[in-house]
Amino acid sequence: MTIAASPGNTLSPRPRRAFFTPARLGVYFFLVSAALFFLLPLYVMGITSIKPMTEIREGNIFALPLAITFEPWAQAWSSACTGLECNGISVGFWNSVRILIPSLVLSVLLGSINGYALAYWRVKWAGWFFGVLMLGAFIPYPVMLYPLVRMFASVNMFQSIPNIVLIHTFFGMPIMTLLFRNYYSSLPIELFKAARIDGGSFWRIYFQLMLPMSLPIFVVALILQTTGIWNDFLLGLIFAGRENYPMTVQLNNIINSTQGEKLYNVNMAATLLASMVPLVVYFVSGRWFVRGIAAGAVKG
Amino acid sequence: MRTGPSAVLGRSEAADAPPRGAASASKRGGPKTAWAAHTALLPMGATVLIAYVASILWTLRISLSNSKMLPRNDWAGVAQYVNLFESDRWLTALANIGLFGLVFIAGAVVLGFLLAVFIDQKVRLEGVFRTIYLYSFSISFVACGVIWQWMFNPTLGIQRSLRSWGWESARFDWIATQDMAIYCVVIAVLWHSAGLVMAILLAGLRGIDDELWKAARIEGVPRWRYYLNIVLPQLGPSLGTAVVLLAVSVVKLFDAVVAMTNGGPGDATDVPTKFIIDNLFERQNIGLASAASVTMLVTVVIIVAPMVYARSRANAAAGRA
Repeated sequence: MTIAASPGNTLSPRPRRAFFTPARLGVYFFLVSAALFFLLPLYVMGITSIKPMTEIREGNIFALPLAITFEPWAQAWSSACTGLECNGISVGFWNSVRILIPSLVLSVLLGSINGYALAYWRVKWAGWFFGVLMLGAFIPYPVMLYPLVRMFASVNMFQSIPNIVLIHTFFGMPIMTLLFRNYYSSLPIELFKAARIDGGSFWRIYFQLMLPMSLPIFVVALILQTTGIWNDFLLGLIFAGRENYPMTVQLNNIINSTQGEKLYNVNMAATLLASMVPLVVYFVSGRWFVRGIAAGAVKG
Repeated sequence: MRTGPSAVLGRSEAADAPPRGAASASKRGGPKTAWAAHTALLPMGATVLIAYVASILWTLRISLSNSKMLPRNDWAGVAQYVNLFESDRWLTALANIGLFGLVFIAGAVVLGFLLAVFIDQKVRLEGVFRTIYLYSFSISFVACGVIWQWMFNPTLGIQRSLRSWGWESARFDWIATQDMAIYCVVIAVLWHSAGLVMAILLAGLRGIDDELWKAARIEGVPRWRYYLNIVLPQLGPSLGTAVVLLAVSVVKLFDAVVAMTNGGPGDATDVPTKFIIDNLFERQNIGLASAASVTMLVTVVIIVAPMVYARSRANAAAGRA
């Protein structure tokens, strides 16, 4: 090992000097080609959304627009048709916001309370419940759909905002609870013990000590839930109800509405609009988004 | 895609660990504080019992009855399961998802591994490349399906471009053909999820000691053999996580298909979740749909159980050491 370590500097690749070797060029060629594969659909979507239909009918999907128009964006936002109604995807946007905000508050808050209680307090059966909840994360939604439909229908809540909010809270609970539990478990136990000795109660320790200390993990949780809930299609389709359809469902209805000529430019503008929130979250949060994915996916 | 299972996979061992504050809490905590902790966990208990356990049992019960439009309380044994596996549509959906799963998982693992390895070559602009490879993972499967439906459009899409560039006889109408439509879905979902594999494997790669490469280099091992024979085996746990995550997402495949092909042409891209949703909400055949759901659940258990078992063994071993 000593032999390997001492001349290591001269033997290991020095990328900055070796930039022009064929191997380096090969590496960059592969990386750039892959980047093009990932970016191409975004590029096509972008330019299609600002082309007039005449250009789309005659031209090439990769060609830059000759005449730029923002009419498709305006149309997608406020007058594209989903079946008989022609109010654009803005309806879906506001529905998604109305679904997102309460779902976020409820699921993240419950997740942090669950995580705190599980990490520091002895509660009967808690381990069992937590175990079942973790297994629940793997269960495909169809297995639970019909009974949930019947349960919500029996209390007259089926297909309403509270319905879809509770559904997101149920299905978001495994990951939220796990995220916070692991975070609180990683804090030094002495903090909690000191607070207990000072006579702090369950809620006082939570609000005055744990909550302020767990802001980073709150950010991760918010990012995870925002993209997850915003991108949901199946649950919104079934539980939100026709007048509350989220943006993804509205997008699908606009794309597959069969009336008249297909307006590809409007469709692409609508798709971009529907992807705006998660894309902004992703590009702004960057590192945090990856941390959310990595929170547990990568271990050992 | 929800990232739910991803995190769960990694830390499943945490489920069995006792709360760290438990000892002190139970000694000093009066009845009042213990009561508060119990109350705080009531929503979780209710969710587990009602949304998960009761729902699954109810679905299991319906799958053993003659239920059509409404649940019935009779017993039909495994008749619904027999019907299910005699249904051509279900068998087609299974064959489709099997083919999709094989090609997609193989493709995502190979692409994700290559991306991770090439990014790990101390390249410039590493952050930019990583950001590009993962951004598609943040958007919805519906949007993903719509984008690729447009790219694959047989009259105005890539085919037209190829022809306008001079390849007059170019044919690229996969999305409209029975045999190839499923591969269009594979490409679209690969585009969506390959970045996830890259992120998982890159983190695994970063955990491998640099000294290994130095030693291998002295032995005259070429770089590609180093990655294939030395790095790949060490990435075992990361690869396992990635494959299980991908497999679980394959079983759930629905949104992308609905947006892209709606199961067509014919039944060329029909998938189990679509079969279930159609039978639940349009064909009013909840008994059959429940049998299909239970079959799906069993499939997921078969995929996930070995992983959870391997992890708990590994953690138990680590705990003793």
